[in-house]
Amino acid sequence: MDGEELTAQETALYDRQIRVWGADAQRRLSKAHVLVYGMKGTIAEFCKNIVLAGVGSLTLIDDRMVTEEVLSSNFLIPPDENVYSGKTIAQLCCNSLKDFNPMVRVSVEKGDLSSFDVEFFSKFDVVVVSCCSLSAKKLANAKCRKASKRVAFYAVDCRDSSGEIFVDLQDYKYSKKKMEETIECHLNYPSFEDALSVPWRALHRRMSKLYFAMRVIEKFEDIEGRSAGEVSNADLSNVLKLKRELCTSQSLNESHVPDTLLERLVTDTTEFPPVCAVIGGILGQEVIKAISGKGDPLKNFFYFDASDGKGVIEDISDSNAGK
Amino acid sequence: MASSSSSPIKDAKVLMVGAGGIGCELLKTLALSGFSDIHIIDMDTIEVSNLNRQFLFRQSHVGQSKAKVARDAVLKFRPHINITSYHANVKGPDFNVDFFKQFNVVLNGLDNLDARRHVNRLCLAADVPLVESGTTGFLGQVTVHVKGRTECYECQPKPAPKTYPVCTITSTPSKFVHCIVWAKDLLFSKLFGDKNQDNDLNVRSSDAASSSKNVDDIFEHSKDEDITQYGRKIFDHVFGYNIELALSNEETWKNRNRPKPIYSKDVLSDELAKQNGNLDNDNASGDGLSVSAMASLGMKNPQDIWSLKENSRILLEALRLFFTKREKEIGNLSFDKDDQLAVEFVTAAANIRAASFGIPLHSLFEAKGIAGNIVHAVATTNAVIAGLIVIEAIKVLKNDIKSYRMTYCLEHPSRNMLLMPVEPFEPNKSCYVCSESPILLEINTNRSKLKDVVEKIIKAKLGMSLPLIMNASNLLYEAGDIEDDMVAIYNANLEKVLAELPSPVTGGTMLTVEDFQQELKCNINIKHREEFDEEKEPDGMVLSGWTQPVSAAENEDKSVSNGANTSDNNDEIGIVSPLKKRKLPDDSDKSNTTDDARHNKQLQVIDDEDDLVMLDGDLDGFKKRRVS
Ligand SMILES: [Zn+2]
Repeated sequence: MDGEELTAQETALYDRQIRVWGADAQRRLSKAHVLVYGMKGTIAEFCKNIVLAGVGSLTLIDDRMVTEEVLSSNFLIPPDENVYSGKTIAQLCCNSLKDFNPMVRVSVEKGDLSSFDVEFFSKFDVVVVSCCSLSAKKLANAKCRKASKRVAFYAVDCRDSSGEIFVDLQDYKYSKKKMEETIECHLNYPSFEDALSVPWRALHRRMSKLYFAMRVIEKFEDIEGRSAGEVSNADLSNVLKLKRELCTSQSLNESHVPDTLLERLVTDTTEFPPVCAVIGGILGQEVIKAISGKGDPLKNFFYFDASDGKGVIEDISDSNAGK
Repeated sequence: MASSSSSPIKDAKVLMVGAGGIGCELLKTLALSGFSDIHIIDMDTIEVSNLNRQFLFRQSHVGQSKAKVARDAVLKFRPHINITSYHANVKGPDFNVDFFKQFNVVLNGLDNLDARRHVNRLCLAADVPLVESGTTGFLGQVTVHVKGRTECYECQPKPAPKTYPVCTITSTPSKFVHCIVWAKDLLFSKLFGDKNQDNDLNVRSSDAASSSKNVDDIFEHSKDEDITQYGRKIFDHVFGYNIELALSNEETWKNRNRPKPIYSKDVLSDELAKQNGNLDNDNASGDGLSVSAMASLGMKNPQDIWSLKENSRILLEALRLFFTKREKEIGNLSFDKDDQLAVEFVTAAANIRAASFGIPLHSLFEAKGIAGNIVHAVATTNAVIAGLIVIEAIKVLKNDIKSYRMTYCLEHPSRNMLLMPVEPFEPNKSCYVCSESPILLEINTNRSKLKDVVEKIIKAKLGMSLPLIMNASNLLYEAGDIEDDMVAIYNANLEKVLAELPSPVTGGTMLTVEDFQQELKCNINIKHREEFDEEKEPDGMVLSGWTQPVSAAENEDKSVSNGANTSDNNDEIGIVSPLKKRKLPDDSDKSNTTDDARHNKQLQVIDDEDDLVMLDGDLDGFKKRRVS
């Protein structure tokens, strides 16, 4: 490493976590710049986790105003109209997060995800997006990939009691200790677009049903020009129709995308706080791994569903297809 | 699953025990999920090293009650719910069975075995479901305990604190932790602790023939003795003379590397030693805990590994500072991981000993972790675990018994899973806590005293704090608030051997032991046995039919622990490696064939579609990540 030492203040504050990942990793964390777009409950959890962990800086983007739904799962916003009126969600979250750890620079940017260029994304080591459409995700991911240095990209989506994380670390090398030896590992991640283009029939047959369900709803929102999460029970019959079409064109047995699952995800799009905590926690852990270069990062989708309690990793990439 | 409309959540009254790493996350998630009547107990106050993950706390709260500050912080974003905080020990008399009965579910975010056992017993007595949790590093677990339906917290063995044979510590250390235990429990205690306490520092390492009286004198510091001279004398005695003495016993070193004696003159030139002693320009003055040998020697980075010479200088300087700046405390000190000077002294002493035995040296940061049993903790694992606790709590409130799960949070995925749910197990029929099955105590009733049974069995192993002991209808002993004349009788009974008690306890007797606070009652069948193996059964008694701690000792003879699992551990502990542990051949099962079927069932992973798959138990992520 560059030899810069942690201050006594940092060593005291981060004592317990340095014991988990080492002083080296802590130094890397303190130099990392993280961008998040879309501040729902899961992202609020994630931000709390990485601010506590001591990243260098965190930049927040969410120009929306506070609504009842936003308040319901975001503990970073005080439920007092006198406080929140006239401020954007990002501004409000920024104020709370600053308080968590004075050593982390938390700031706000404004704008729509599609309006930012490659140069903007290049300023960050990690970009996390949520609450955005299929095309916006693809576009942001593609821009991160064009940046001059590696920008780790994550997309998060939580609906009802389930959640999804997508990870793109591009060409990722890291070392890990196995017994006494340190071994070099190399992972090659596909972009969001490439991962989605892997034919469904090529995926292993135990693939998480949530993967398919999320794709169906995402596609539906995209076709209808809706923003992320803008579906309701009224859309169910059209969503089911789309599912049948997709299953037919992908030659996938429809039982892999149960109607009951789609119904659940369409009917209640609000986040479930315990799931926000789980997904926000796993995401935090993954980002810390990617920054510190310590530990096996997940590749490249993660699913959690409170209804069965499983937290599953799925590798959906060309290289893995057909296995 | 929208929180606002579900009334089982809104109407529920829940008790949280612990407002630490898991507790902060849990309180937040409960409040967001719509819980509106939450009671929270924690006896601890906030420390700086909590702030990196206990996100409800700020620098300005250091020293204040965790339960109260956590309550206030959550009320800021959920002002209309009720949170009641108690800055108190959950083992206190106020939190009795009636107190527990008012809750629909109890959620544990605790840091020690003792309190977990206590809460388990109260939940069983009050018939309130318990959701239990624990984390270390990236590992975590959540389990559900419902009386009569699932196993209780004590149905399965729990890891016991690691202990080390005395001779490993005094004569043949092979790991750094052995040097730490030696430095902390022997040398530090000898120099700064209670002089009347037994201490093996010289018993083993010196020739049995040499009078221990003389040896003790070496550690006495006479008023007119120059402190630098004294320090060097101690140094030479423990790192030089004692090692030479040990070397003279050829038998010991036949299959071991011979240690090398270290004398202060070899490590420190006279000049340096003088300088060492004359460094009186230290910034430290009145406040005892801010005195630091590192500061007075101009060393800053706790991550550095000091050379032998640096360790020697730190040792002598720390010793000098104790005798000059903190003289009044000498004789009453016990090791405290937050006492900088004590940590410096122990680090240096352990490193010098390690150098002598060819063991790699460690930084102060690492040594502090080992000496203080500091548990690895990260915010993200706590957040995940808290989410899982709430998910289980909601199932419990909806009485959705079929969906209860024990969930393990893994560091390395197993079968693609990072979060792995497993069906809860049925109660263990031979558990003395949740079933009424009696336990068997083999003991020499003509030799062992009632006191031995109370201390070594009833308190230490059965975890009762205020026991009452009956032999048929005769009361032999009762602890707690009792009349003076009875105290005298009970104290007299304690000193009697079992067979000579007013109502004699002999082979075939059944004792009834009860703890009213825990509402736990169990029967102990006594079996008389003449002889016990001094090495293997040092207590002179053997208890069977209870859940024996798993990782017990390399029990060669009397053993020394590193003080793990005491309540001064300030963080989350208690990962039981369930998948691994259940693969262990369990001695207590030998006679019980039905348990085999049970063991098979235990390892099934919940799977909705394919065949149930047995875990291969090869989850290295489950190894307890203690200090490495
Ligand atoms: Zn039990």
